[in-house]
Amino acid sequence: MSATTIPVPDPIRLVSLTLGYDRHPAIHHLDGTVHAGDLLALVGPNGAGKSTLLKGMVGEIPCLDGRVERSGAIAYMPQADEIDRSFPLSVMDLAGMGLWRRAGAWRSLSRQRRAIEAALAAVGLDGFEARPIGTLSGGQFRRALFARLILQDCPVILLDEPFTGIDARTVDDLLALIRGWHAEGRTVVAALHDLAQVRAHFPMTLLLAREPIAWGPTARVLTAENLARARNLSEAWDEGAPVCAGPRISGNHDHGAHGHHHHEDAA
Amino acid sequence: MIDPFGSLVAPFVEFGFMRRALAGCLALSVSAPPVGVFLTLRRMSLMSDAMSHAILPGAAAGFLVAGLSLPAMTLGGLVAGLAVALLAGAVTRATTVREDANLAAFYLISLAAGVLLVSLRGSQIDLMHFLFGSVLALDDAALWLLGGISTLTLVALAVLYRPLVMECVDPLFLRTVSRSGGPVHFAFLALVVINLVGGFQALGTLLAVGLMLLPAVAARFWTRDLGVLIPVSILIAALASVSGLSLSYQLDLPSGPAIVLAAGALYLASMLVGPRGGLLRRLIRPRHLEA
Repeated sequence: MSATTIPVPDPIRLVSLTLGYDRHPAIHHLDGTVHAGDLLALVGPNGAGKSTLLKGMVGEIPCLDGRVERSGAIAYMPQADEIDRSFPLSVMDLAGMGLWRRAGAWRSLSRQRRAIEAALAAVGLDGFEARPIGTLSGGQFRRALFARLILQDCPVILLDEPFTGIDARTVDDLLALIRGWHAEGRTVVAALHDLAQVRAHFPMTLLLAREPIAWGPTARVLTAENLARARNLSEAWDEGAPVCAGPRISGNHDHGAHGHHHHEDAA
Repeated sequence: MIDPFGSLVAPFVEFGFMRRALAGCLALSVSAPPVGVFLTLRRMSLMSDAMSHAILPGAAAGFLVAGLSLPAMTLGGLVAGLAVALLAGAVTRATTVREDANLAAFYLISLAAGVLLVSLRGSQIDLMHFLFGSVLALDDAALWLLGGISTLTLVALAVLYRPLVMECVDPLFLRTVSRSGGPVHFAFLALVVINLVGGFQALGTLLAVGLMLLPAVAARFWTRDLGVLIPVSILIAALASVSGLSLSYQLDLPSGPAIVLAAGALYLASMLVGPRGGLLRRLIRPRHLEA
């Protein structure tokens, strides 16, 4: 793959970010920076706001408060994709969608055929080019989506539980791919549940339980104490919850008074 | 016995109005089925039915103002159809209610308004004209309109093809790489509307949907490749147009319903013998492969 020049500014900054549904926050006043080249795991119980945070980062849902500052293109792989698998489309065409930024609506993809084949080979799908997407297994389909991510060639890649329902060998292959992205200097953020996997492969971790519990080097974040605090999260909404008393964020302001946890390695 | 090929072709050789009807229907056969293919792939088949009803008040308003005038009724139909499509699309994007529900709401409002308008002035004969079209009385203006719609549709589909396919398969992905999703969706809805307005001229509101959807659904029994679906659907529509018109002449039947019934017969035949999921294929199953 051609190397992308990685922009020097931090690709994603979160400023008092509050995201949620029907005014109920799923992410509550989160501050922090995803630095260029980070390999960051998002960890937390169900309902902790991991998917919501990724959707907020990519701009898929509006902010209730605060803001996300992005620089550069972001590739995003959702947990539950909206892909219609019955659509008569080949694996080649699905992966080729990743070339949109280079090919747009009209430019021919035939000259990129080699690149698409290489991306499919990189995820172990060589020989699958002409197969309709409806005939792939769940794991094979995930691999095809990873091939599309390769072709997107973005400096920032967000993955929402990319290994759910995937066999061990495929997970190893895909983790190797992610390590390769990290080595190329790309920024990768992945929501994950397997703590052993996070400890082994992800240098940085953000532990979420609607409020951020800890954000920093994985060994310092995934402590027994922090994990116990995350588990105590109440999943249910409180219908009678009071209106948040914190200040609304429109521009720069001092957020220290609000008493939320801050980025451990903010320096 | 009469020669089947001769009797198929004879009316078109003999009569100018049959040739005009054929030209109009073939123009529609080229543009409406591809639009229908995308509609069925998006699981929006019934949306075109709703849209055909939504066109009625506009056409009726044109009729009230100018009588049975092609430009007035076409313009009215276009305005009403586009308004309903845009309103439903805009409300869907601004709220959490899904598009089919919004479309149902707006088309019912539009249809009721249309029936009200027609009853203000129309007679039963006018209503029949609305419902069943006037394919045997296509004048030059109507033919130009159908040809224009056909050309515009094919050009627009060629231009929009890639983002439209992406919008169908993975709208979320298209949103993350491009802002074209919204405009492409609305452009596609506009194509549905103009094709229905065209079909409304030839076949009437109730049956305009037939030439759009039946060939598209029938084609799915023949291929799984999107690039092949579109030409196959066009072919089926053209076949339905020729045989429907010819039969309507031979048996003295109303031509609009005859064309749609011909398309329906082709659909049933495809469902029976089509190689992709056809019924016969299910009964006669070749033994499975080794790998």
